[in-house]
Amino acid sequence: MIKHEGKENYTALRDVLANNAKKIFSFSGWKPKKFTQEEFWALKDINFDIEAGDRVGIIGRNGAGKSTLLKILSRITEPSQGSIKIKGRIASLLEVGTGFHPELSGRENIFLNGAILGMSRNEIKKHFDAIVDFAEVERFLDTPVKRYSSGMYVRLAFAVAAHLEPEILIVDEVLAVGDAQFQKKCLGKMEDVSKNEGRTVLFVSHNMGVVAQLCTSAVLLNKGTIDFIGSVSAVVDKYLRNQSFTNEFQHNKEAIGIKPNFIKSIKIKNEAGENVSSFSFDQHIVIEFSCQISNYTPDLLIGIGMQDKTNSRVFTVVKEVEYFFNPEISEISGTLKLPNSLFAPNVYSFVFALWTKMGQIHDVAENVCVISIHDNGTSLAAFEGADYGSVIINPVWKSC
Amino acid sequence: MSQNIDKQEKWDLILKAGSSEKNYWKDLWRFRELFYILSWRDIKVRYKQTVLGAAWSIIRPLLTTIVFTVVFNKIAKLQNPGNAPYALMVFAGMLPWQFFSNALSESSNSLIGNANLITKVYFPRMIIPASSVITSMVDFAISFLILVAMCCWYQYLPSWHIIFLPLFILIAFFCAFGVGLYLTAVNVKYRDFRYIIPFIIQFGLYITPVGFSSSVVGERWKFLYSLNPMVGVIDGFRWCILGDSMSLSSLLISLTTTLLFLILGLFYFRKMEKTFADNI
Repeated sequence: MIKHEGKENYTALRDVLANNAKKIFSFSGWKPKKFTQEEFWALKDINFDIEAGDRVGIIGRNGAGKSTLLKILSRITEPSQGSIKIKGRIASLLEVGTGFHPELSGRENIFLNGAILGMSRNEIKKHFDAIVDFAEVERFLDTPVKRYSSGMYVRLAFAVAAHLEPEILIVDEVLAVGDAQFQKKCLGKMEDVSKNEGRTVLFVSHNMGVVAQLCTSAVLLNKGTIDFIGSVSAVVDKYLRNQSFTNEFQHNKEAIGIKPNFIKSIKIKNEAGENVSSFSFDQHIVIEFSCQISNYTPDLLIGIGMQDKTNSRVFTVVKEVEYFFNPEISEISGTLKLPNSLFAPNVYSFVFALWTKMGQIHDVAENVCVISIHDNGTSLAAFEGADYGSVIINPVWKSC
Repeated sequence: MSQNIDKQEKWDLILKAGSSEKNYWKDLWRFRELFYILSWRDIKVRYKQTVLGAAWSIIRPLLTTIVFTVVFNKIAKLQNPGNAPYALMVFAGMLPWQFFSNALSESSNSLIGNANLITKVYFPRMIIPASSVITSMVDFAISFLILVAMCCWYQYLPSWHIIFLPLFILIAFFCAFGVGLYLTAVNVKYRDFRYIIPFIIQFGLYITPVGFSSSVVGERWKFLYSLNPMVGVIDGFRWCILGDSMSLSSLLISLTTTLLFLILGLFYFRKMEKTFADNI
């Protein structure tokens, strides 16, 4: 239940007593403060089965109910209705460094954290060296954790959790922290744990690339209900389509006046000049753009990149602004026609940048103009939905 | 998707709204190490970066005894009706009271203090107040050593009653645990108790025979007075260590109250446990 009156998030006995006491005086026409209550279902009608060895990604927008679902599965909150049947030990990683005490040393915290997560003392001792090795904090093992850098802290916390040996592992967006090298290491370890040791993994993330790499299937949650369950690429597709991106980009009016050179608008059109966001494989995609150039320098460049749904770059093209520039007007506009029959049927977005050869970036627009390309009879149509790459080419085969 | 393997497959755990967990007691056993690890953490952290360190656990009870003896014995000239030195009588009463008051104040705030654990990890929540009481037990053990030292100082040999001491220690433990469980559970929902608890403890100090002996209490107040569970415990302590007389009826009343608190505490805690993560 969510209450709409009052800013406190806990009930104080004094308020309850005061309100009850005030009710006695209501005959005098005075009405006590009414709490308007509204029923809020964080999750509703969630039905799914997960088999042993499955690696399931749970994705959805913020507020869809992903963390609540994990909390219920981890027995932290009780479901209001319904039931959950579990076979096997569950270990959940909803936060890195749960229970870490800043005053204790790294060594002491390993034992503390491990015990809190459910490892017995012997298990921790057995894995102790592996944990320290993974975290790379051997030199600082006996200093209090409050002296650690945030990176070390997170590495140690994840190292302990990575050596849990449950049958079911539940992970909630914990890989979002740390530098790239650390993320790669964590991902590698999770893949190791799930693929080689056959554990069941439930993984919540906003990073589609990671979900695609790690999981065998995915569940899409939307406002507390299941939107779709299926293969990872199908679910990610639906997730991206649900996000109502337009195929058009207009510059943010607030920034005008601050930057001398900026991107004004980007539109995606077909060859006939119509504004569309959906193309078939053999259609040309035309990108129409305009930029404001108040401060022209000859080394200004325009760059356009196309990205797939995991934000990996498919291609990048660069052109000098000089090609479009007319000294009499401070605005440039142009079009770009992409080759047809090349890009694999999928969902793509664009990144657009205005920068100089020396690396100074004037403006950038990322993840804009989402388009989808549909298969209308390629040689790989039978495999639609699977990830067979970003381009379809026609090589020359020869039998020897 | 599973096809009705439900009937053949044996589920380890079924979570349902409002189900009373039969697995709870099994879980308490599975997480038994946490009892001592959480206490260990609290004790370790207590004296980090202090100069005196563990010496504080001896200095505190010692100082209180000295103050009490000076004020009540030398200044107010209250005497011990028994034949043991006044300081020893005070200390024998103070020991369990310190344990009880520390255990109570720590366990009442234990759940809120460990809010970060409650919202992120699962383990039976009863372990948290239990480990606070265990931490206080450690302090008690250290103070007990001081008691032994004092007995040597006064060259006083305790009576044979001392073999019953562990029984009274156990009663004190359950008393603190029972009341602590109830208070900590109710404190999660109604934060007012954070302010009520120190008051209860302060008040309790005056109605508990710490600075005085139970024999000064008049007959007509005896029943009401004995409802205080610590009365039985402290009288028992004094009886064990000093051989002071103790009324059995008073002890029985205190015992009943202790049992009542324990049952109430357990019941209420288990009932509210499911809502802790949401309310904290």
